[in-house]
Amino acid sequence: MHEDEEKTYFWSGNEACAEAAIIAGCRFFAGYPISPANEIAELMAKKLPKANGIFMQMEDELASIGAVMGASWCGVKAMTATSGPGFSLMQETIGWGFMTETPCVIVDVQRLGPGTGQATKCGQGDVMQARWGTHSDYMAIVLSPNSVQETFELTIRAFNLSEKYRTPVILLTDETIAHVRERITVPKKERIEIIDRKKPTPKDRRFFGLEDIAPMPAVGEGFNVAVTASTHNEYGIRFTADPLIHRRLVENINNKIRKNASEIEDVERYNVEDCQVGVVSYGCTSRGVYEAIKEVEKRGVKIGHIRLKTLWPFPEKAVRDLAKNSEKIIVPEMNLGQIFYEVKRVACNVDVVPVNKIGGGELITPEEIFAKILEGGSQDN
Amino acid sequence: MQKYWKEVVKITEFSVQKYMRSLRQPFCPGCGLFSLTHAFLKAVYELGYENLSKFVFCSGIGCSSWIPSPYFMADSIHTLHGRSIPVATSIKLLRPDLNVVVFGGDGDIVGIGLNHFIHAARRNTDILVIMGNNMVYGMTGGQVAPTTPLKTRTTTTPYGSFEYPLDAAKLAAVAGASYSARWTTAHPKELKEALKKAIGLDGFRFIEVITQCPTAFGRKAGFRNVGEMLKWFKDSAVLVQQADKMDQEELEGKIVIGEFVERKRATLVENVYAIMKEAQRNGK
Repeated sequence: MHEDEEKTYFWSGNEACAEAAIIAGCRFFAGYPISPANEIAELMAKKLPKANGIFMQMEDELASIGAVMGASWCGVKAMTATSGPGFSLMQETIGWGFMTETPCVIVDVQRLGPGTGQATKCGQGDVMQARWGTHSDYMAIVLSPNSVQETFELTIRAFNLSEKYRTPVILLTDETIAHVRERITVPKKERIEIIDRKKPTPKDRRFFGLEDIAPMPAVGEGFNVAVTASTHNEYGIRFTADPLIHRRLVENINNKIRKNASEIEDVERYNVEDCQVGVVSYGCTSRGVYEAIKEVEKRGVKIGHIRLKTLWPFPEKAVRDLAKNSEKIIVPEMNLGQIFYEVKRVACNVDVVPVNKIGGGELITPEEIFAKILEGGSQDN
Repeated sequence: MQKYWKEVVKITEFSVQKYMRSLRQPFCPGCGLFSLTHAFLKAVYELGYENLSKFVFCSGIGCSSWIPSPYFMADSIHTLHGRSIPVATSIKLLRPDLNVVVFGGDGDIVGIGLNHFIHAARRNTDILVIMGNNMVYGMTGGQVAPTTPLKTRTTTTPYGSFEYPLDAAKLAAVAGASYSARWTTAHPKELKEALKKAIGLDGFRFIEVITQCPTAFGRKAGFRNVGEMLKWFKDSAVLVQQADKMDQEELEGKIVIGEFVERKRATLVENVYAIMKEAQRNGK
């Protein structure tokens, strides 16, 4: 698939995700059947054996994410794909991956919950789960594409970020983006940047919790690496009671993301500097925003738009820029309000107006966003 | 006299220190896991391994999981409670040249992790699972486990347990393991021989080791000391061949020991790579 020439295809979001994973160097996939993420696993099952990779359908999501972590410690790029309920089951191990600094990619194709909800319908309710799903202090990197093309690009970026920062990265797509078919261009090989993890030199013995990103050995390389998600020092030795070692470890692995947030944060900006009304959107919902903006502009209203490609770490600066000029900010999302509260926290002196819709996978229409933009007066939130 | 010296020299040649990062294992005095550690490393030694560079150890959460992590001078992955087997599975698939060994307790392997255990046996995953069965959740203070004998008192069954225990060695055999055996810490020689044999075999290998936990199990179940517990293991042990001829009533309170299964069957690694080759041969 990956050729020396630029090529055009007609893919679904899930297909683009699997193809991109292979190009990014993913050679291990473990998953458990769940709608609407199945096509990713199916395509990986087809592609990986031919690329000398291994696909395993495990007995549940707990095993899937466990196998992904094991693969990563063999020095192999690994991925799993799931949806809300499976993502919930994986949370404990995602915390393990964060604490042991294990690079891997977890794709969550969002569907409607809570519980079994409407299993095949689109929703955007996992935004906070992706950020706060596992227990205690951690920082998640979460990317959110809004097209098939961007699913391709952000899948590769997810692998790159996970390798660079040695941390699990979550690709948060949704049922609509996963199943819509669009034209997509796969760039030439040399135009795709692929990042691989930093490997240790034979003399290295410190593999964990350093201020910089520590080099990562694999098993069987002779480093006698001790991996544990219990509090450990830089050599991997467990210290289950020492307050200083815990503080240093957890602060360092949080800081490596916090300090690099400006590099990780990625947004699409439109007319941010000169607007009366702002919109903050992400994922499938942003598709309706473009159309609404066109209509609004015809009426002479100046409108700015921030589309979040990185949801976490939350792109505070971009939203703050938008809040500088606008009188109000509209936040459409297919849940009962999640990113809305983040926008409100950052843009505290601006009127932040949510547009929420759940059920049946119905998208928020351009008309609904349009109406909210033109609506005057203060809102009670 | 000459024979005696030979014995002594042979013994001093072996030391667990050879394979360990630190000798300060965190177990309580009298814990059976010291014996299990010794038996395993002795088996490794007698098989001629100079170090553990050809091994990877995976473990979950619990006292038994602390046997390799980080005390063995080897690659060791200390995973979450119950999740050692999935992690071991992908490691073996990607590094078929390494011996992947899982250490875990009864709560870890056949409590919270039972699903993975059965499926790994079903797939004949090429890993050796060593389960230290102390019949109780030791690390958390002695709560009832899926392996606790009926009517035993624990901290969460103060009037006696009302559940039947799980027969893990038999389950592994039925689920498709290549090798399954059960021994106790009162049978150190047999245990060591079983470990030696299991390390050399392919496919899913399971060794259950009934081990004494004087601290968490003994104190509530009514054992006054380690000796009493070991005596209990010895006295109630019945070889599996013998047990086959006994009825339910006679078997009550007995610990069935021995080899439950040994069979040859293509392993997961063999099957995965065979299919991969076929897929690659068949072009597009």
